[in-house]
Amino acid sequence: MDNLLAARSQMAMSLAFHILFAAAGIAMPLLMVIAEWLAQRTGEHTYLLVAKRWAKGTAILFAVGAVSGTVLSFELGLLWPEFMKFAGPIIGMPFSLEGFAFFTEAIFLGIYLYGWNRVSPRKHLAAGVIVALSGAASAVFVVIANAWMNTPTGFSFYAGKVTNVDPIAAMLNPSALGQTVHMLLAAYAATGFAVAGIHAYQLLRDRQNLFHRRALAIALAVGGVTAFLQPLSGDLLGQVLAKNQPVKLAAMEGQFKTERGAPLRIGGWPDETAKETRYALEIPYGLSLIAFHDPRATVRGLESFPRDEWPPVAVVHIAFQLMVAAGMAMMLIAFWAGWQTWRKNALPDSPGFLRAVLWASPLGFVAIETGWTVTEVGRQPWIIQGLMRTADAVTPMPGLVVPFASFTVLYCLLGVAVVWLLKRQVAASPRIYATSETSALTNKEAGYAFD
Amino acid sequence: MPSIEIWLAGAMMAGLTLYVLLGGADFGGGVWDLLASGPRKSAQRELIAEAIGPIWEANHVWLILVIVLLFTCFPSAFAAISTALHIPLVLVLMGIVLRGSAFTFRTYDDGADEVQRRWGRLFSITSLITPVLLGVVVGAISSGRIQSKDGVVTTGFVHSWLTPFSFAVGFFALALFAFLAAVYLTVEAQDDALREDFRRRALVTAVLVGVLALVVFLFSAQGAPEIRRGLSASFWAWPLQIATALAAISAIGCLWRRKFQLARLAAAAQVALILWGWAAAMFPHLVVPDLTLQNAAAPEVTLRLVLLALLAGSLLLFPSFYYLFRVFKGSGATNAGSH
Ligand code: HDD
Ligand code: HEM
Ligand code: HEM
Repeated sequence: MDNLLAARSQMAMSLAFHILFAAAGIAMPLLMVIAEWLAQRTGEHTYLLVAKRWAKGTAILFAVGAVSGTVLSFELGLLWPEFMKFAGPIIGMPFSLEGFAFFTEAIFLGIYLYGWNRVSPRKHLAAGVIVALSGAASAVFVVIANAWMNTPTGFSFYAGKVTNVDPIAAMLNPSALGQTVHMLLAAYAATGFAVAGIHAYQLLRDRQNLFHRRALAIALAVGGVTAFLQPLSGDLLGQVLAKNQPVKLAAMEGQFKTERGAPLRIGGWPDETAKETRYALEIPYGLSLIAFHDPRATVRGLESFPRDEWPPVAVVHIAFQLMVAAGMAMMLIAFWAGWQTWRKNALPDSPGFLRAVLWASPLGFVAIETGWTVTEVGRQPWIIQGLMRTADAVTPMPGLVVPFASFTVLYCLLGVAVVWLLKRQVAASPRIYATSETSALTNKEAGYAFD
Repeated sequence: MPSIEIWLAGAMMAGLTLYVLLGGADFGGGVWDLLASGPRKSAQRELIAEAIGPIWEANHVWLILVIVLLFTCFPSAFAAISTALHIPLVLVLMGIVLRGSAFTFRTYDDGADEVQRRWGRLFSITSLITPVLLGVVVGAISSGRIQSKDGVVTTGFVHSWLTPFSFAVGFFALALFAFLAAVYLTVEAQDDALREDFRRRALVTAVLVGVLALVVFLFSAQGAPEIRRGLSASFWAWPLQIATALAAISAIGCLWRRKFQLARLAAAAQVALILWGWAAAMFPHLVVPDLTLQNAAAPEVTLRLVLLALLAGSLLLFPSFYYLFRVFKGSGATNAGSH
């Protein structure tokens, strides 16, 4: 394995790992806050038990998110020192702001997780709200930094020198808005579906258990609404892409020739040597319509770009297909749940529905991983689109395959430990079958310090 | 009026000081977890876990803040450090990952069984190793052995840190962290016997800190001549040395006379003075000998904006931290605990 490949793999692996915990860190606080708020509003303490159970899981996920994030901030320098020398002054700003978001998040999460019996219920809920907001803020800031790598702005570059640095303009780069909205929705949708799947699994075995019914309702509401909005925000992102990164768009769609009225390809296998995408289902005019909202628009194909500026086409195309497929499936389930709830005025609980939710539970995370693969692999060979090649950014340190292998082993073990621990936590499912069982509890009995 | 680079370097030093005083003590807690002994062995461990639990993640963010400030404001220093010190930094990261997750896994894994004990051991062993490596990194940056030409590091990947001096600094850092933790724990402990346990540990490590400080100083003749010159020949050197010594002596004295709150203050002052003494000796270097605050600085706009963000952020941050510590460390906080 050559050094560049090892560095890219290590970065990809660390990010793919971190994003799982980051997404949970963004969305779990929202779920907990909704549950705790419902408990305080309705006086039904089942909701409080749900919030507390989720809080336990979140503590584990958050810690792994924090340590794997620390690894990333060092890795930017350990693997890509030349990139950081160039980009640090320009995009350091969102990272610095992210630092403050982390602080707020970590401080109030400490209060939320360990402070049940130290602060009043109102303050406790408020701490949760702050955690949810600062989690979202940290995602926004770091994704802005990534968006800048896709559409760099806020400086001039002439004769190898950077001048006129403007960190604010860099933060307001063209991809920033679309990517941050899409990522936030992704975190809520993926986490909502994953949590819903766990409770659907328990409900399949114990249909009347109120604990899981309440939990499922909240998780599905959050996951469903955001999954419904996600394709819309994806469409917006696609249009920015069509304008700013046409190579990436061409790779995503397996579009080799420049074409007027280009078709949308579903599935298929792009062959870089033959320069065609085989076995795809083609919907005439689809791509032009989606990317430019005009069936006759011209879409630039890969052939109109120098060969050495193509990203790995097959990876990007297939990853994109997977994300969209996952997104469509989630949207369907969200639609099913919404429609049934509206018709019957109760959350659907047929085994068929529960089973569908169970099967859909990993889809959001599949979409997150594949979506990021589209963004990052699709940007290759550039680390900063059009400006700096990944190969020119890598560290001269030899033998990078060693840290890559070590971190991979470490993260695999951590992953196994997390799953095992979460299972140990969830396995003991509380048995609650009537609201009266928990509404009779006082605040104190349910775990708060004060009534 | 100091230049803007100096303000930012000061902010980084403030962040580093807080990381050492807070996060460092969390590492030290792990050391005492490993060395827990005697009849109150498990009570000691419980006290440590309770003291660290709610705050270690927030304490840990100080390190991230320092790194982020470094790469935003002094990007070429960040690039040089992470190139030349790739190996110890990777090890530090592994230590951080293992320590943080093992600690959390232990806390949230409610079966009090063999598995939980294994998480505990992992937590404490990594708490021992990571501070040494952090110290090694600091030693290497000060040593003058990381040299670069046209922004490219020319001195290889082991030359700068695999030295007796760097490791002396590493063990010194470990001793300081353990000392801080023991002193803080005397304040946290609710029962007298437990408090005495940590008082004894604090006194022993206080002596160890003194011995290791001497060792570092001796090795610095060879290992970091620039720093040694700063620490012995500058006009500020002797006042600073005396202040540090006074703080150290008061810490020991207060421990001896069981004035624990005061001992905590003195110990923190001692450690902070050591750090600022190092910083003063480094000045104006970020990496001795080639990279200085001036030649590694980012463009002025960036520095201004970051400084502004820091000011705005502190308005948010310090009240929040105050609240966190009041909830968990305020008077009577531990009594109200659920345990
Ligand atoms: C739950 C997760 C999820 C779901 C259901 C979708 N996406 Fe997505 N997508 C992401 C999660 C995601 C992501 C992981 O969050 C990415 C990676 C980078 C980013 O900002 O968002 C992403 C990137 C991404 C990009 C590339 C942006 C770039 O490189 O600048 C496009 C064009 C789309 N998405 C479009 C869509 C469409 C048309 C979807 C329709 C179903 C869709 N996404 C569903
Ligand atoms: C938002 C913050 C992110 C930033 C700042 C970021 C930054 C980077 C950098 C600096 C590289 C190395 C240079 C390169 O290969 O172009 C990289 C590569 C990569 N990243 Fe990201 N990344 C982010 C999010 C993610 C996430 C969440 C994933 C999840 C899967 C991801 C997947 C990858 C992959 C697969 C590569 C390797 C691409 C290749 O070399 O083929 N990234 N990223
Ligand atoms: C899309 C990509 C990313 C998202 C959405 C994201 C989001 C988050 C969130 C929400 C957290 C809080 C911890 C948690 O909830 O688990 C976190 C932690 C962290 N992330 Fe990321 N992150 C991303 C990529 C990155 C990258 C590329 C870096 C490094 C350059 C990074 C650095 C960190 C650090 C240092 C922490 C630890 C903060 C703490 O101690 O609380 N993240 N991230």
